[in-house]
Amino acid sequence: MYSSELSDTDRDCLLALNDVRFHWPGRDGFALSVDSFSLDFGEKLFLKGPSGSGKSTLLSLICGIVSPDSGSVCIDGTDIAKLGASQADRLRADKLGIIFQQFNLLPYGSMLQNVLLPLQFSSARRERASANGTPEDEAQRLLQRLGLSPDQHARGVTRLSIGQQQRVAVARAIIGSPRLIIADEPTSALDADNRDEFLKLLFEEVTRVNAGLILVSHDQSLASGFDRRMDISDIASTAATEVV
Amino acid sequence: MTTFMLAWQSIGNRRTTALLSVFAIALSITLFLGVERMRIGAKSSFTNTISGTDLIVGARAGSVQLLLYSVFRIGNATSNISMDSLDAIEARDDVAWVVPISLGDSHRGYRVMGTSNDYFEHYRYRNKQPLEFSVGQRFEDLFDVVIGAEIAQQLGYQIGASVIISHGIGAIGGNKHDDMPFKVSGILRRTGTPVDRTVHVSLAALEAIHLDWENGSPSSSFRLSADQVRDLDLQPSTVTAALVGTRTRFGIFQVQRFVNEFKNEPLTAVLPGVALQELWSIVGVAETALTAVSAMVVLTAILGLVTMILSTLNERRQEIAILRSIGAHTGTIFSLLMLEAVILAAGGILLGTGLLYALLFAINPWIEQSFGLYLAIEAPSLYELKLMGLILVIACVVGTVPALRAYRQSLVDGMSVQR
Repeated sequence: MYSSELSDTDRDCLLALNDVRFHWPGRDGFALSVDSFSLDFGEKLFLKGPSGSGKSTLLSLICGIVSPDSGSVCIDGTDIAKLGASQADRLRADKLGIIFQQFNLLPYGSMLQNVLLPLQFSSARRERASANGTPEDEAQRLLQRLGLSPDQHARGVTRLSIGQQQRVAVARAIIGSPRLIIADEPTSALDADNRDEFLKLLFEEVTRVNAGLILVSHDQSLASGFDRRMDISDIASTAATEVV
Repeated sequence: MTTFMLAWQSIGNRRTTALLSVFAIALSITLFLGVERMRIGAKSSFTNTISGTDLIVGARAGSVQLLLYSVFRIGNATSNISMDSLDAIEARDDVAWVVPISLGDSHRGYRVMGTSNDYFEHYRYRNKQPLEFSVGQRFEDLFDVVIGAEIAQQLGYQIGASVIISHGIGAIGGNKHDDMPFKVSGILRRTGTPVDRTVHVSLAALEAIHLDWENGSPSSSFRLSADQVRDLDLQPSTVTAALVGTRTRFGIFQVQRFVNEFKNEPLTAVLPGVALQELWSIVGVAETALTAVSAMVVLTAILGLVTMILSTLNERRQEIAILRSIGAHTGTIFSLLMLEAVILAAGGILLGTGLLYALLFAINPWIEQSFGLYLAIEAPSLYELKLMGLILVIACVVGTVPALRAYRQSLVDGMSVQR
């Protein structure tokens, strides 16, 4: 079944995946399917998933980097599966903030330049970031709230500690208030103290802008404080494609 | 940050590798342009071996053969031409000058050419440059010789050195005119033409050393001393060929027809420029070889560029993943990678061209002095510009390869790259 009309659930949810089937083109042996999964506006989800569990594929689908073979992936009322590549890029720029495990920053930009980067690709986020002054002011306020002092903002990012880099990555994900933040093992490179501090700040910021959050980690100890906790295997089933 | 700024800063972040790539491309470009200049220089040095002479007159023969023995001192004339014929040519109103030349003897493998002092006046090479003496002067005494630069260098001759002429053109053996030794009176500056390898003597001196000879060897019955010959009539009755200058360009063809249709003797007059082109089409294989070399150099440059761009792909995967994750369009990523390739290629091309001209200015006088090869310092030719453009286009195309690879899997890269 493939309908051009969105169901009510799809419209009321921040994120909804229905009947999704996907396999990597030209690659035998890995396919992923999601029957039904949804996330409410402002909901914080902890997703436990070891590597090889289809985590990367699932997140690529949610982010619109890859398109499913069939089914729908709705973000904030738009079916990303039906969009062309450049429309998907725009949707990602407007609605999503993504934080990787490590190496989130362009090594040649300053802290401020890195934070402002997403605004270059999304006029909607640029407008929201300009609500209280210039985008630069907003970026500096964000960085300061995340504990990065103003005298560092113009400096390059290569000398920052990993903890500091991850906080800059949070500022970049949050700026312009996107609807959904996706964090993929954001704390795995941090020590225990930094990890707790990072999570605290991430939660504060996500709550402040009322965004949804999907945090993927294999570390169950992070799971407290989330609205919902799931295992990737609860959502998606992976299977080797049969070679016919 | 604009896309260009992103590309620029990204290169700046990898400036050591980037600079090395630019240098590699620059060197290839310098090499390519250098080989190209050498090819053009060799061709123009050759086709400009003789200039300012309107016609070469000799016994009836093919134009290339006439050119070969009269200008390049290769081979021999089928027969001589009489001075009377030359006088008839010189008597014409449209003829400005006639310089007779006589060949047949040698000195230690170098050809001896008998001529008049007018030769130094009228013989021109490359853009009508006259012959110049590095030391000494023209013939004054009967037994004076003027030698080319290469002979002076190879044989270590200075002004006043004694020169003994051998009969015939073999390097070794043959009868020697050792009863009448010559003396070096002048050494010519290097020209890069066969003049450098020629021993110039006066026609009268050639006549003098052969007066007491019969059938190609010294006469057994009568001998003359060097002093005795000075009092005799040394006007030769025949010479090998002559260089002719006309008063007007139109006169060239009238004189040529006059010579070719000359009644008393079968003669040929050729236009040196035409004959040189004809000859170049025969010896031009060298040019093809140089063209092949420059093609290989360009190929190397392109391969280097491709290798460099592909090798940076890995270090750039994370960067592309980040840009894709914040919603950069595929077009942005494409132009980013292409811009980088173009910036590097353009930088290399500019640097390489600059390097070539710096090099040309620095070593051109030395090249000309040592090899007689004149490399023109002029703006890049259309052909060269086209090849530079081609390199730029290829850089553009190759630059998209990383973009294509990065297109689909970029976010996965960002998630899975562990360093």
